[in-house]
Amino acid sequence: MYPVKEEVIDKLKILAESAKYDVSCASSGTTRKSTPGGIGNTAGWGICHSFTEDGRCVSLLKIMLTNHCIYDCAYCINRRSNDLPRATFSVSELVELTIEFYRRNYIEGLFLSSGVVRNPDYTMERLVAVVRDLRNIHRFNGYIHLKTIPGASEHLVQQAGMYADRMSVNIEISNEENLKMLAPEKDHASVFKPMQFIQQGVLQSREERNKYKYAPRFVPAGQSTQMIVGATSETDKDILFTSASLYGRPSMKRVYYSGYIPVNSYDSRLPALKQPPLVRENRLYQADWLMRFYEFGVDEIVDDKFPMLDQEVDPKLAWALRHPENFPVDINKADYHDILRVPGIGVKSAKLIVVSRRFARLRTTDLKKMGIVLKKAQYFITCNELSAANVNETSPTYVRSLLTQSKVNKKQPHTSQTTLIFPE
Amino acid sequence: MLVFRYDKSFDGLLTAVFDAFNRKSFPEMLIGMNDIEPLFATEIFDVMTDDEKSKRVWSGLKKKLMSVSQNMLAYVWLSEEEGSDMLIFRYVKKVFENEQSVEMNFADDDVLGVRNTAKRVNTEKHRMIEFVRFQKAADNLYFAAISPDTNCLALITSHFRSRFADQQWIIFDTKRSYGFHYNLKTISEVTFENDILFKDGRLDEKLMAEDEKIFQNMWKAYYKSLTIKERINPKLQRQHLPQRYRKYLTELQD
Ligand code: SF4
Repeated sequence: MYPVKEEVIDKLKILAESAKYDVSCASSGTTRKSTPGGIGNTAGWGICHSFTEDGRCVSLLKIMLTNHCIYDCAYCINRRSNDLPRATFSVSELVELTIEFYRRNYIEGLFLSSGVVRNPDYTMERLVAVVRDLRNIHRFNGYIHLKTIPGASEHLVQQAGMYADRMSVNIEISNEENLKMLAPEKDHASVFKPMQFIQQGVLQSREERNKYKYAPRFVPAGQSTQMIVGATSETDKDILFTSASLYGRPSMKRVYYSGYIPVNSYDSRLPALKQPPLVRENRLYQADWLMRFYEFGVDEIVDDKFPMLDQEVDPKLAWALRHPENFPVDINKADYHDILRVPGIGVKSAKLIVVSRRFARLRTTDLKKMGIVLKKAQYFITCNELSAANVNETSPTYVRSLLTQSKVNKKQPHTSQTTLIFPE
Repeated sequence: MLVFRYDKSFDGLLTAVFDAFNRKSFPEMLIGMNDIEPLFATEIFDVMTDDEKSKRVWSGLKKKLMSVSQNMLAYVWLSEEEGSDMLIFRYVKKVFENEQSVEMNFADDDVLGVRNTAKRVNTEKHRMIEFVRFQKAADNLYFAAISPDTNCLALITSHFRSRFADQQWIIFDTKRSYGFHYNLKTISEVTFENDILFKDGRLDEKLMAEDEKIFQNMWKAYYKSLTIKERINPKLQRQHLPQRYRKYLTELQD
């Protein structure tokens, strides 16, 4: 292979710094088998190889090809008006780095993005060159996530999609006026067009593969996007309705929410925040989870009356407190779908309950033994026995006050629903 | 109290099940060859491990259980947890004594116990798949040390075999002093007389490939640059990456 130069380390540091604000790191959603003479495979389940000090999963080599950029997006550390160290990898340097990290089991693959140099197509061509070399020359079967350059042409997106497992185009700001205010060179068309190209590619390849089994795959793990939270005036309702409509598209797999980190605090178009809005970000992920795994419609979670998610309690509990008429739910009789709506009961627990109750009526002690945490659930269920006073025998206000007491010194808010380890 | 003594092998345990059904009396306790006999034992029965008997029990289970459940029993064995042999014993007894399947009855302590123990082993298996860090030796062999709580090494080799089919590797369990070597064709067990070649799981620098140190340093530098300092959260990090798994992680070594 190519000789490694020490200066590659410096580039690596600079370009990892510049890429780290993209929150997506998932390596799941598709499988790729190992091939004779090739390197690696893709497992289908998310594999995190490490965790940074901020507790985030390290799955892919998340890196920029270059952090030079001709654009000036206010929320971005790499905007052209910032004075910061800049670097550019050569295609071969980046390919070698990916392979060498992969062989040592440091990573599942590559998450590649780039600042815009010269013009979108010029930049996109370089990105395509990296992934093409990985797949065609090195027969690399690890995971590849490619972030599309806004404004890139259709034929380049089409080419990239032949090699990438997942592609993404970040919306960043869901309201177009706000986007234009902060990123004058961008508009919604520059985001939604490439999304459209990816979707067309996915649908077309699906159709072809129905006819010929060996027709090439196109972005088999679908696409994802990201929205910044707290930099502009959008409500949670604006954000979640955008997510819901995106999830309605056939190829959209994940929407990520990124609490705004004031990297350019000098820019007066942006709010002065002491801390990134991490609680709000967490609540959005929980709401997103409700839409994808808990059969909630977006209008059940936020509406004109409640455009912002409750910061104090998670959105499922908030919904239950607004709708006490649906409770208590009888653990031994209720439908799976109703059990799924009980605060504190997750998908796995709901399934466990439904299979176990065929053998015997379940009591609260049985639920506890199964690892089901009753702290919240107790107010919303009845079991085989007398249970704690439920939400209707007392009142939603009372239950809320019980569940929000002494929040200080508590652990991370219910990690089972919020962690990004297996974001798929 | 009836006590069975056996050689602490999986085949021995299955033989014990066979013998118990044969003599229609079931032990309340299982002990190993060198364990002290409990004071309150009324009878100690010595199990002679017999491959034929253990095979019959295993294939009997195959007829009654879904393959996931049978795998779970093997996982429970690999957990090496105190009392896991008795747990398997009780579970198997229940399976054979009941006409109907007990596999899904999670309100039963033993069924739940098997599931939870197997889950712990499975979790650690996945963690090991994530946390293996290969170091490249001069002869192009990739070496990694692990020290899991459970004996899950054998469960991860197939993953690495298909992923790194074109590179030779050794994954070595320093706690149990054995490893597996993949030679591009087959996987075989290896042991080492002593660990000077990889003190603390780290390959001796003299044995390393020329560029190994550079890539280790790059990985460390990369790992460091990734942290967003506004979001530092050591608790969350500890939850995903418990202290005991950190010693062989390249990025956390100095
Ligand atoms: S185009 Fe991308 S890299 Fe360039 S300033 Fe905008 S967000 Fe940053």
